[in-house]
Amino acid sequence: MLKKITNIGDCGITCDFGDEVNKSTNKEVIKLFNFIQQSVNTRKLKGILNYTPSYNKLIINFELGQIKSQEIIEFIKSSDYSKINLPENKKIVEIPICYDEEFALDIKRLEKKTKLNFKEIVSKHLETNFFVYMIGFVPGQPFLGDINKSLYHDRLDTPRVKISKGSVGIVEKFCTIYTFESPGGWNIIGRTPFELFNINKKDTSILSPGDTVKFKSISKKEFGSFKNE
Amino acid sequence: MNNFFKVLRPGINSTFQDLGRFGLQHLGIVASGCMDQLTFCTSNKLVGNKISEGALEFAYQGPLFELMGETALVAISGKVNFNIIKKNGEVIKGKANESFLISNGEKIDILSTINSVYGYFSIFGGFKIDEVKGSVSTLVKAKIGPNNGDKLKVGDKIFFNKSHQVNKTNKIQFDFDKDNIIRVMKGLQIHYFSKKSQEDFFSKEYTVTKLTDRMGMRLEGQKLENTVNKNIKSEGITKGSIQVPGDGQPIILLSDHPTIGGYPKIANVITADYDKLVQKIPGKTIKFKLVDLPVAEKAFQDYVRKF
Repeated sequence: MLKKITNIGDCGITCDFGDEVNKSTNKEVIKLFNFIQQSVNTRKLKGILNYTPSYNKLIINFELGQIKSQEIIEFIKSSDYSKINLPENKKIVEIPICYDEEFALDIKRLEKKTKLNFKEIVSKHLETNFFVYMIGFVPGQPFLGDINKSLYHDRLDTPRVKISKGSVGIVEKFCTIYTFESPGGWNIIGRTPFELFNINKKDTSILSPGDTVKFKSISKKEFGSFKNE
Repeated sequence: MNNFFKVLRPGINSTFQDLGRFGLQHLGIVASGCMDQLTFCTSNKLVGNKISEGALEFAYQGPLFELMGETALVAISGKVNFNIIKKNGEVIKGKANESFLISNGEKIDILSTINSVYGYFSIFGGFKIDEVKGSVSTLVKAKIGPNNGDKLKVGDKIFFNKSHQVNKTNKIQFDFDKDNIIRVMKGLQIHYFSKKSQEDFFSKEYTVTKLTDRMGMRLEGQKLENTVNKNIKSEGITKGSIQVPGDGQPIILLSDHPTIGGYPKIANVITADYDKLVQKIPGKTIKFKLVDLPVAEKAFQDYVRKF
């Protein structure tokens, strides 16, 4: 449920769905996100620049001078968006992952901490149908959940300066895939050769909020010969 | 005939920008766009372009380039020290915020911005650069935008559209706000900070540090004490948000900010004061003044009148 709407600066509002981070809260966020996107595309709502869903919030940025925050707030409050169904075309995307020790930088530490062996960690990661909570930080980077409880782990105390593109990491109940080489503090358990983001393609990001991800284990050889379309 | 500028020295951070790339933040793509909108639009106005036409943004030291082709009407906006080098080697001091003609074989040497960060270079008819998802803004860290999403490099050729008529030169009176007051509205997590820290934030001066770029501006000053939680659930970020990580020193998120983030935000810079903020060089101090939405909206109306 949408709990409250607050101004952020003079050209943004945040729609807050409460403090819980779970799929049902996030699905409410995505519903409103879909509704705003549709309203912008059909020009029912003008002057909107960006709409950014996260776990439990939707932030809307607008062009000051084109529309006022009060108008957007009234538009949302007067709409029965919660009745709209999530689009049926939500995708299930299979993502290849290689758990080879060259890529799985933190798996030894996870083995100690979780008291599970390598095989058990991998199979618990593979059995999950991951929900795409949100995309962002950098272009195309997905935040997925929820991982198996036995794999919950904190962020690294000292983040790595450089994490390779395609690295798959876990923290708490979430899993992410680094779409660019960047610094980061997640526990790295493997790497994918699959390109999730390409600005030159029509569908710039393979994943959208609300999609489902299933990982598929590949060998190092398959990793090396993988070709992105 | 192809008309272009040959880049002999690229400058520190020279990128093509326009007013930004919108509608993609939910996929992790930040709007980017020119840092100082008024100065950007001024450069376009000076040459008779529409104000949103793509221009070259430079920071501190700009490029040195040579025109290969037909005479063109160009302008440099901001507080900028630059020279025009004639074919015979004669050096003429350039005048910023005044358009001028440049001919084949002549060079423009953008030496530095003066007591400010950003300046803009525009050409009548616009540069011949490709839009990426509706914008010519460059986001270097994700390699998005014209010139392969990169900064200018030595040897690059900057092509421009042939101008059928040469517009008259033009001059615009121009100066930056000199004061250091930056007006802000309350941030979403302002209550995470102790009463004393909230008072400090709105009364003490903060210094702009060298750790400042198109992504963010790190400040240094009275440490802000977070009494609730040093992290929040990651949420969408808005340009001008002031976040405070665990070390208690504020960071203002600027045009190339990450799209989501997990630090509490104490305040948000109002639109009307953003241009003034981004032109502050490291070592300068700023002082935050708390305002409410009606004040910010009124300030915006005054701000747009300058365009």
